[in-house]
Amino acid sequence: MNHLMIMPIVIPLLTGAFLLVMYRYNIGRQRSLSIGSTLLLVVFAVWAVLQAGVTDYTLYRLGNWQPPFGIVLVLDRLTAIMLLLTALLSLFCVLYASRGSDREGSHFHALLQFQLMGINGAFLTGDLFNLFVFFEVLLIASYALLLHGGGRARSRAGLHYVIINLAGSALFLLALGILYGIAGTLNMADLAHVIANAPEADLPLLKAASLLLMVVFGIKAALLPLLFWLPRAYSAASAPVAALFAIMTKVGFYAMVRVFLVVFGLDEAAPANDTVLAWLWPMALVTLALGAIGVLGAASLRTLTAYMVIVSVGILLATLSRNDEQLLAASLFYLLHSTCMTAVFFLLADLIGRYRDNGYDRFSIISPLSHRWILGSVFLVAAVSMASLPPFSGFVSKAWILQSSSHLPDYLWLWGAILISGLLIIAALSRAGSGWFWRPEEHTGKTVPALDSARTAAVCVMVTISFLLALFAQPVMDYLAAAAELVYQPSGYVDAVLGDYVRQGGEVTE
Amino acid sequence: MELVVAITLGVLTSTGVYLMLRARTFSVVLGLTLLSHGVNLFLFSMGRLTTASPAVIGLVENYTDPLPQALVLTAIVISFSMTAFVVVLALKAAVELRSDHVDGEDPNEDRQ
Repeated sequence: MNHLMIMPIVIPLLTGAFLLVMYRYNIGRQRSLSIGSTLLLVVFAVWAVLQAGVTDYTLYRLGNWQPPFGIVLVLDRLTAIMLLLTALLSLFCVLYASRGSDREGSHFHALLQFQLMGINGAFLTGDLFNLFVFFEVLLIASYALLLHGGGRARSRAGLHYVIINLAGSALFLLALGILYGIAGTLNMADLAHVIANAPEADLPLLKAASLLLMVVFGIKAALLPLLFWLPRAYSAASAPVAALFAIMTKVGFYAMVRVFLVVFGLDEAAPANDTVLAWLWPMALVTLALGAIGVLGAASLRTLTAYMVIVSVGILLATLSRNDEQLLAASLFYLLHSTCMTAVFFLLADLIGRYRDNGYDRFSIISPLSHRWILGSVFLVAAVSMASLPPFSGFVSKAWILQSSSHLPDYLWLWGAILISGLLIIAALSRAGSGWFWRPEEHTGKTVPALDSARTAAVCVMVTISFLLALFAQPVMDYLAAAAELVYQPSGYVDAVLGDYVRQGGEVTE
Repeated sequence: MELVVAITLGVLTSTGVYLMLRARTFSVVLGLTLLSHGVNLFLFSMGRLTTASPAVIGLVENYTDPLPQALVLTAIVISFSMTAFVVVLALKAAVELRSDHVDGEDPNEDRQ
């Protein structure tokens, strides 16, 4: 058993706990500890990606209890890719926050580490109840991070965010209760096995549980009727926190992939699953439309970015609901691209806001902006990538999504929604950019603050990721295609986790 | 016993949902608490309802399923801490926003 696998959970836990105890440390030491821990996470995530490329499933049995009786962590390609994305994103967030955003309140770095622990745990766990526990860990850290620094806007947004997520947790437990009542287990592989062999009479209960789970993950991922907390919360949070939250909606997407395609997907004609995916399709399309309208109507860059998060969720869930292997691979590529780019925009909004005389990142206020040459170039590159124009990763990902959905019967809906939302994003971003950067130079007589090179560098390097993703698209695509193939073979997952337990008909043997 | 448990669950959940829809932080917190009590009871009853059988395997002939009790224990700890957090947050919001409405302002205030 390889103990490296549990490190993405243990490292942030220990660092976070240590930082919490050693809160008298000066901020410089806290920062270096936090950056060191995230760097280690990147190293382990790279190891995880390589390891998952070699062996399809790597297991970690906590306390060496055999599944399905013990808690088990499962690492496959999809998990590894999500771990790497989280680690990279958090590294940039920590670096950006270390330039001063972490001073606004206390315990920023400890909270961030706990948040990472929750996210990594949610990706790694092979057990539905532990998914709930890790969700709670990442949520309670995110509540505190959202409120970090205080202020009226954060309190108001935080109240909505916390209450809707607490209601979601209650629904999650209800769904788990129903599943446990039917199956007598919450291990994902065992659950998949039991659900595939469930009697006809249990079907309505299974459908109820899966729809409840869809509501729960829909809250996390911001699916249509459950998304109204998102724009306010994300635009109220401080920039590095909002950038880190870009991964949080993707945790909801990941949980849906795991639960609906793996746990409920073992029987080919799984009727409970068909119900969920049939519901998901129209709701995802309307989410996409609403996000695009919100992008056009947003009054500040942070709100605009929050709506771009919603657009990306719409695209991801729409592709998921078509239940197609190629399409899932393409949407995983889009997930990597959109998470990075929305994070870039949250950081960029903060950067631009710092060098404007007033108005921060609002569009309606005309105010001189210094360092226009550098900020404008970064904004242009980021906007080109976000609007899915060539040559960046946005173009590659959307072209791949369109290409791999062309054989589906109702592909025109998806094409229309994706292309029109892309057009609206181009319109909104070009309006914002021209309003800010295409103005005659004004001399207000104030001294221009020097450009913060570390913050700018962090944003520039993140934008480069988009370029690199496009440059190395083929190897990344191959990896993601293999990841999607594994997701669509739930029997492999069940075999890998349960091993002999299933073959012996669920009998425990010594 | 089934009837009593079912009625209790129904009452707890429906009052919880009703209170959560009241849009005042105090009643929302109260509603969340009732709802989580209902959920915990529901989880507990998922191991099937039996009387006079301990949740320990090996001591007696008829034991009850210990796993739901472990799950409920975890869920109770989490929901307690969350309730504590939301109470503090509601107080903070009420002081900062000068209103106990969840939106920070009462949309019908002008009409009163």
